[in-house]
Amino acid sequence: MKAGQATTAVIGGGLHGLACALALVQRGQDVVLFERSWIGRRASGATAAGVRTLWRDPAEIGLSLEALERWYRMDALVGDDCGFWAGGQIKVAESHAEMEALAARAARTRDLGFHHEELIDTRELRRLAPMISEHCVGGLIARRDGAADPHRTIAAFRRAVEGHGAVIREGISVMALEPEAGGWRVVTDAGNWAVRHVVNAAGAWGGQVCRMVGEVIRFGYKASMVFVTERVQQAFGPVFSTVGRPLSFKQSSQGTLVVGGGIQGWADLEKGSTQVDFRALSRGAAAAQALFPAIRNVQIVRAWTGLEGKTPDLLPVIGPSARAPGVFHTFGFSGHGFELVPLVGEIIADCIMHGRSRYDIGAFDVARLLT
Amino acid sequence: MLKPDLLIVGAGPAGMSAAIVAARAGLKVVVVDEQPTPGGQIWRGVEANAGTSRGRALGSQYCSGLATVRAFRECGAVYWPSTRVWQIEPTLGTYVTGPGGTRVIAPRLVLIATGAQERPAPFRGWTLPGVMTVGAAQILLKNPGSVPSEPVWIAGCGPLALLYAHQLIRMGGAVAGFLDTRPSTPLRESLRLAGRAVLRSSGELAKGMSWYAGLRHRAGRYVPGVVDLQALGTDRLEGVRYRTAAGRLAEIRTSLLLVHEGVLPELHTARSLGCEIQWDAGQAAYRPVLNEWGECSHPDILIAGDAAGIGGAEAAVHRGRLSALRILQRLGKVAAEPGMTEESCRAALARALALRPFLDRVFRPRGEIFAPDDDTIVCRCEELRVRDLRTVLAGSVGPNQLKAFTRAGMGSCQGRQCGLTVAALIAAAEGRQMGEVQPFRVRPPLKPVRLCDLAGLADEGLSS
Amino acid sequence: MFRLLEDDRGRMESTVTIEIDGYPVIARIGETVASALLREGASWSRTTPVSGARRAPYCMMGVCFDCLMLVEGEGLVRACQTLVRAGLKVQRQTGPRKVGPSC
Ligand SMILES: Cc1cc2nc3c(=O)[nH]c(=O)nc-3n(C[C@H](O)[C@H](O)[C@H](O)COP(=O)(O)OP(=O)(O)OC[C@H]3O[C@@H](n4cnc5c(N)ncnc54)[C@H](O)[C@@H]3O)c2cc1C
Ligand code: FES
Repeated sequence: MKAGQATTAVIGGGLHGLACALALVQRGQDVVLFERSWIGRRASGATAAGVRTLWRDPAEIGLSLEALERWYRMDALVGDDCGFWAGGQIKVAESHAEMEALAARAARTRDLGFHHEELIDTRELRRLAPMISEHCVGGLIARRDGAADPHRTIAAFRRAVEGHGAVIREGISVMALEPEAGGWRVVTDAGNWAVRHVVNAAGAWGGQVCRMVGEVIRFGYKASMVFVTERVQQAFGPVFSTVGRPLSFKQSSQGTLVVGGGIQGWADLEKGSTQVDFRALSRGAAAAQALFPAIRNVQIVRAWTGLEGKTPDLLPVIGPSARAPGVFHTFGFSGHGFELVPLVGEIIADCIMHGRSRYDIGAFDVARLLT
Repeated sequence: MLKPDLLIVGAGPAGMSAAIVAARAGLKVVVVDEQPTPGGQIWRGVEANAGTSRGRALGSQYCSGLATVRAFRECGAVYWPSTRVWQIEPTLGTYVTGPGGTRVIAPRLVLIATGAQERPAPFRGWTLPGVMTVGAAQILLKNPGSVPSEPVWIAGCGPLALLYAHQLIRMGGAVAGFLDTRPSTPLRESLRLAGRAVLRSSGELAKGMSWYAGLRHRAGRYVPGVVDLQALGTDRLEGVRYRTAAGRLAEIRTSLLLVHEGVLPELHTARSLGCEIQWDAGQAAYRPVLNEWGECSHPDILIAGDAAGIGGAEAAVHRGRLSALRILQRLGKVAAEPGMTEESCRAALARALALRPFLDRVFRPRGEIFAPDDDTIVCRCEELRVRDLRTVLAGSVGPNQLKAFTRAGMGSCQGRQCGLTVAALIAAAEGRQMGEVQPFRVRPPLKPVRLCDLAGLADEGLSS
Repeated sequence: MFRLLEDDRGRMESTVTIEIDGYPVIARIGETVASALLREGASWSRTTPVSGARRAPYCMMGVCFDCLMLVEGEGLVRACQTLVRAGLKVQRQTGPRKVGPSC
């Protein structure tokens, strides 16, 4: 590939950008990927890395189940299992009223024809989580769900992308996209590139890239916080969330407890800076302690805030641009895009190379967000 | 919520001196320190020790701290001992945990006076029980008054190693041997650096020389020019192998080795607030970028004492006072003490720092400690050896990516023991200068905090 | 590894007894758990969660975290920053700490 020329330029070196690049090089395309800072710097490196089909928006369930199958075959895709372990994900009910809400949800998903969510009673909950607080009454489980190691995932995707010959350019910002004969000129702060297609995988900055091609969309961002504790003995197999509190709770393979749940910190999108708000984060600690009183003395060693794009309906943007032929979107995963990584790259590659995907991505059309 | 005019982190010479000036001038001052009593590292336990035989053995400079501690106790500043600051937000919301639980305070200005830590200098076996720092042994000397049970081996370079040996001998302990890792410096060059300071500080120089002479005389053995160390043993230290610049290899048997390679400014607090740092080649350390008042790149944060750059206790006192004077100025107050002027503080600071370039040159750490071999553990917490970092280093990633991929710096010490070494390894791998490489980004909390202590804030949030 | 100096403050009334791994250890009021530990024959404080290697207090000033020990009611804390008090129960930590109803 000549410098300055490629078939496709991917904007954004998070996992979705990498996954698109991988699918495209595997299908024989020349790909260049631009990342403003470094690979995995943003949501993909900050993620709590839950692999979750549980409690998804009905519009996403189909895709997420398909993606889950790929997590079980990750090794075939990127040469590493990415630390994926399938301990299940459980949404815990802390009261009978919450249990009823879970039952209603289970019925609804079943009616849609999905069978991955299963109600469990107190006994089964205690069997799966011996340390869970007395007051918890049951839960909804997706047994095949789990979690992975985000940094291993980034490293594996990066290796695979570069191994197939795609070019990764870190520390380069895309400033503008200009239409030209046969494609696009990608204007970066380190020279211009001529490409046929552009993939917008710019995460929280996806809306900015849309604007570069004249699409103004309703779009925000999430600045979700996570904290991690010292290592403790393995004691928690599944990933836990609750009905009534902001919480996602898991134990990593190193033994650290990883606690998130979408509690918002502070961020400045223009500067790209974030800040942890411990006042707000204390609600996550309180929720974790309420569920598992035995961890009250465990030490928190690190906390951070990740930046991720957010759409009004909390569904991602996946598919071709509404206004700019040759431009494709994959961003705005609204805090739950990690699980979809192994599938969406393939969908975008199919859209680019065959004009369509075999999956129904209608709900993710950017047109719904145009102002 | 408590809203003082000034929060001072650290009750050492700098923090106490600043508190005295600020509180006497009428500011509402809160001073927080992890230690149970005031004094910082140098004057640790001075209230209990001054006037005792232990105090006398520790020396007059040590005992002189009592006056400052007393003045501090009486100055009107609110003092929270045994209390950790674990987060300061850019808007200065500050989270502390101590005997009174966890609370958040909102000062108008913050003075970071967190002092220094000893320079981590990895060598093979440095994680074995029986290898400790000289600073650690000196802390034990001050409280509870412990000395090594056998004549001890000391390896290192820096005034503290000499001072400790001197104090230990005076208190009835014994030095089995001293492995001097100080690179030989042409005396003439060092003296030229010291310049006129030599004349003015001849007393101190003479004191230092006498420690050296005493050591050569009193230590069982004195080995100059040591360039490499290896701690031997499996479950605990059994011996030490060393190599000299002349290439001589030798081994000694011992169950305790004290090591010291100088000290570094405590930068975690300042860096967590985004304060700019720079590489100080003279001190072979990063230090914050400061103006002559100790103001940094964050408008409402000042830094004084060794956290501002290594200068020693006396310089810390004057830097603390200068920062306090600046704070008074900014908040529209004047110092209560008539002699407390900018000019007098600056003159005193200059005197206190006069010998510094000379000391920095004489005790400049040997290059070897920045380039440990493949078998050496770099990250004590995650037990990563240089070898484990090699592949990632070859990919020329920055420190933060290296951390993500290897877990170096992710353990409980939060990179305090491996940060500088990792930066040096990156600089070496990429042929760059230390000044072009940044250490790991600092993630909060500054010190680990228990889940229940954080959770407690949620309840507080509900009630207020 | 260390011994107390016999100086003018070595009187017995200024001591308390703590427990390390169930054994009584005499400590001076005002000293830390780590400094008391270092006078014991086995002065290691923990084994690491990664390889199980033994560690002992290294810096005594709170920056290395090798002195982490399980202190009753407090969890895994730095022994060099924890003052002794009568009856305090301390355990050496082997490997990653357990979480459970009693911790
Ligand atoms: C705290 C947190 C917890 C989460 N937990 C989970 C979870 O448990 N399970 C789950 O499924 N999902 C989770 N997610 C969501 C998941 O991590 C994200 O959906 C996913 O990583 C998004 O990947 P991305 O590639 O779209 O975004 P990012 O990883 O943010 O990548 C976008 C990249 O684009 C770059 N960029 C932007 N503009 C430009 C430009 N003009 N030029 C060059 N580069 C540019 C940015 O620097 C950035 O690196 C979480 C997210 C966060 C923040
Ligand atoms: S000995 Fe280093 S933290 Fe306690």
